[in-house]
Amino acid sequence: MNSNLLVIIAASAVFYGTPILFAALGELITERSGVLNLGVEGMMLIGAVTGVWASQHVPGTSWFVVLASIVIGATAGGLVAALHAFLVITLRTNQTVSGLAITIFAGGLGLSSYFANVWNVAAKPASHPIRVLDVAGLADTPIIGPILFHQTILTYFSWLLVVVCTIYLFHTRIGMQLRAVGESPQTADAMGINVVKYRYIHTIIGGILAGVGGVYYSLAIVPTWVDGMTKGAGWIAIALVIFGFWRPDLTLAGAYLFGAMQSLSLTLKARNVHINGDILDALPFVMTIVVLVAVSSGWAHKRIGAPAALGQPYEREER
Amino acid sequence: MFEINWGAMNQEVAVRMTGIVKRFPGVVANDGVNFEARVGEVHALLGENGAGKSTLSNVLTGLYRPDEGTTELNGVQVSLASPRDALSAGIGMVHQHFRLVPTFTVAENIVLGEKNKNLLINASEVCARVEQLSTRYGLAVDPRARVWQLSVGEQQRVEILKVLYRGAKVLILDEPTAVLTPQEADTLFATLRAMAKEGRTVIFISHKLEEVMAVSDRVTVLRGGKTVGTVETLSTSTRDLARLMVGRELVFDRVVRVGMSEPSNPVLEVSNISAYDDRGNIAVADVSFVVGRGEIVGVAGVSGNGQRELAEVLGGMRPVIAGGFEVAGIKVTAGKVRQSIKAGVAHIPEDRLHTGLAASHSVEDNLVLKSYRHKPVSKFSVIQRKIIRRHAVELIERYDVKTPDSATPVRLLSGGNVQKVLLAREFSADPRVLVAASPTRGLDVGAIEGVRKRIVEAADRGVGVLIISEDLEELLSMSDRILVMYEGRIIGDVPTVQATREAIGLLMGGIVTANTGISNAGITEPQS
Repeated sequence: MNSNLLVIIAASAVFYGTPILFAALGELITERSGVLNLGVEGMMLIGAVTGVWASQHVPGTSWFVVLASIVIGATAGGLVAALHAFLVITLRTNQTVSGLAITIFAGGLGLSSYFANVWNVAAKPASHPIRVLDVAGLADTPIIGPILFHQTILTYFSWLLVVVCTIYLFHTRIGMQLRAVGESPQTADAMGINVVKYRYIHTIIGGILAGVGGVYYSLAIVPTWVDGMTKGAGWIAIALVIFGFWRPDLTLAGAYLFGAMQSLSLTLKARNVHINGDILDALPFVMTIVVLVAVSSGWAHKRIGAPAALGQPYEREER
Repeated sequence: MFEINWGAMNQEVAVRMTGIVKRFPGVVANDGVNFEARVGEVHALLGENGAGKSTLSNVLTGLYRPDEGTTELNGVQVSLASPRDALSAGIGMVHQHFRLVPTFTVAENIVLGEKNKNLLINASEVCARVEQLSTRYGLAVDPRARVWQLSVGEQQRVEILKVLYRGAKVLILDEPTAVLTPQEADTLFATLRAMAKEGRTVIFISHKLEEVMAVSDRVTVLRGGKTVGTVETLSTSTRDLARLMVGRELVFDRVVRVGMSEPSNPVLEVSNISAYDDRGNIAVADVSFVVGRGEIVGVAGVSGNGQRELAEVLGGMRPVIAGGFEVAGIKVTAGKVRQSIKAGVAHIPEDRLHTGLAASHSVEDNLVLKSYRHKPVSKFSVIQRKIIRRHAVELIERYDVKTPDSATPVRLLSGGNVQKVLLAREFSADPRVLVAASPTRGLDVGAIEGVRKRIVEAADRGVGVLIISEDLEELLSMSDRILVMYEGRIIGDVPTVQATREAIGLLMGGIVTANTGISNAGITEPQS
């Protein structure tokens, strides 16, 4: 029963959707503070390459190395996000330009590949990959086993994160103030909320989560380094935030939908179903474009809860 | 941070600001201002636009740091570095443009930024506290409502509740009546008096003399960034205050018309127009009216009742859902700016620097924005620079635009001169109809006179004028008829000679009664 095509697709949707979910949750938190981060793709790749490096160089038991790799990848993502934060919050440069620049600079043919070369990480696979677990021996449970109990530790962590983000955003004081900063920084400032601090912290958190998503690519999906290995997942994550109406729960659903599409060509090929693989591979991106076109009409924008001050620098002493 | 012990009210003076200087590039906004407000008084801060009122209040609320001068609260010298400092020192500001998060509930807005040990928000407890506060001050508002659903008057109450909730002892209100009907303003005044009676200090910023006379105990007048003086309200008059404010004697008189208005000879006929606003809600609902040759018709209403959208429809910037309009008997396709221009509609939009002009372009280029497509301004699609410059020099001279030269970007000009450039361009196209939205808003008294004169001159030449304004005095002094818009409809059509402030004010609040001083015949039926 567990080799049923639908079960396999559902299980791989969760498996492939997890890194997108991390990056999207990070972007969601960042955008809720009013900062648009188009550098997600670059931050994921930096996270991925530093994760492999850590996996090859950190000594210790397997569990410790995996943990260290995740922490190091996350830190690297956070550092790149701190650069974005400095550029757009302190220097008030255009957020779109800064984000794009970071993706180009850190991404596919940039810094991440340079590090890979210098560290020679592509020479061998990651020493301690992140493996799927058999949670409480339930992995063979019919249908739900492969989907829910046969995933990596990061998937379970991401579920916790969705719950934590939801409570944080909608039920805590800090979360409410964060949303106020994203909706109306003038109001937040007048009420004594430190707009700059909120934006810095949440931009960096976004980068950290993008870094974790990157580590998932290089240690869980393909436990080795390949240049540009996230293959546009960062862009999908950005689209997903909109698709999920800036809500963590809907973002989770969206991430798995995109995860399913990403895994479809692999799954079908393995099952000898012959559909043109290029078309299947293009599916998530076609979907991204469709979603973005649909929701970026002015009509939708007003209704789906985009933070009103998204993308706008805040400057107090204006005249 | 400063925790001022307001409990020990041994001081008679709540706020004392001495020698405040605040410079901005190219301007000294506050030039040694002295200001003093007592405990338990409503103190008006009066001055023209640009006199330095807002700068002074921004210094007091920690938004600006003064270059020189000191601030004392309850006898203690403070240095306020941020709005947070000011809040914790007991200073609360009600901004002219509300500082509210529209997607949040009233209660959420009120508790925003509050220091509280509880990490989680207990919504029902917060609502109960807000309800308590709103009953105590008679500021009725539903704590569970989302702010965007509230009327402007209600939003203002939320703003006031917000500062009271934070325990403000000094409340600053920046032009609080600009968005209110006269009746709502009266309610606000009662609230302010009640708060002063409780021992709070209310600083009321305004440039409206009647209001200042009605609500304040004392008045401090600013002019050109300096303090002119402080007077007891009881021992002064509107006339004295006006003289202090502008530095010369002012006469508010009805403008003198040379030409005749011919209501029976229509140049603009609007029939059954309906249109959406930017959010897709109905903003203009089945509006019909006629403007005759040489007639000046005013449109009164609290802002946000469809006036702006109506002006945009006539200017060709907004499509209609139903209905249409004719200029001089010729039907104009709505939603096409070029069609409106061709038909002879001149449009002075509300936001002159963004919608009306290209702010970073030169004066001369802005002056040909409507005529660049045709000879002689362009020949075979090539711009004729010499002709444009000559044209500009002529208009600058005729309209008395103060600019270094015709190549100066418009954004560097003062508000009055920006409006002159706009008027010059619109009138040089020889229009049949002029649609002007808040044409004198934000201008100083001298510039206001100039703009009004130009508009009246145009009417004297036979242009049909539609003026949309929230300034009732302006409409009463200029127009032949006043239409009142409320929730997208025209609910009153009153000849100015029969109009009173009170009657128009009630209509602006949507109240149509037999005793409003308007005959039932004054209420428009759709004219077809």
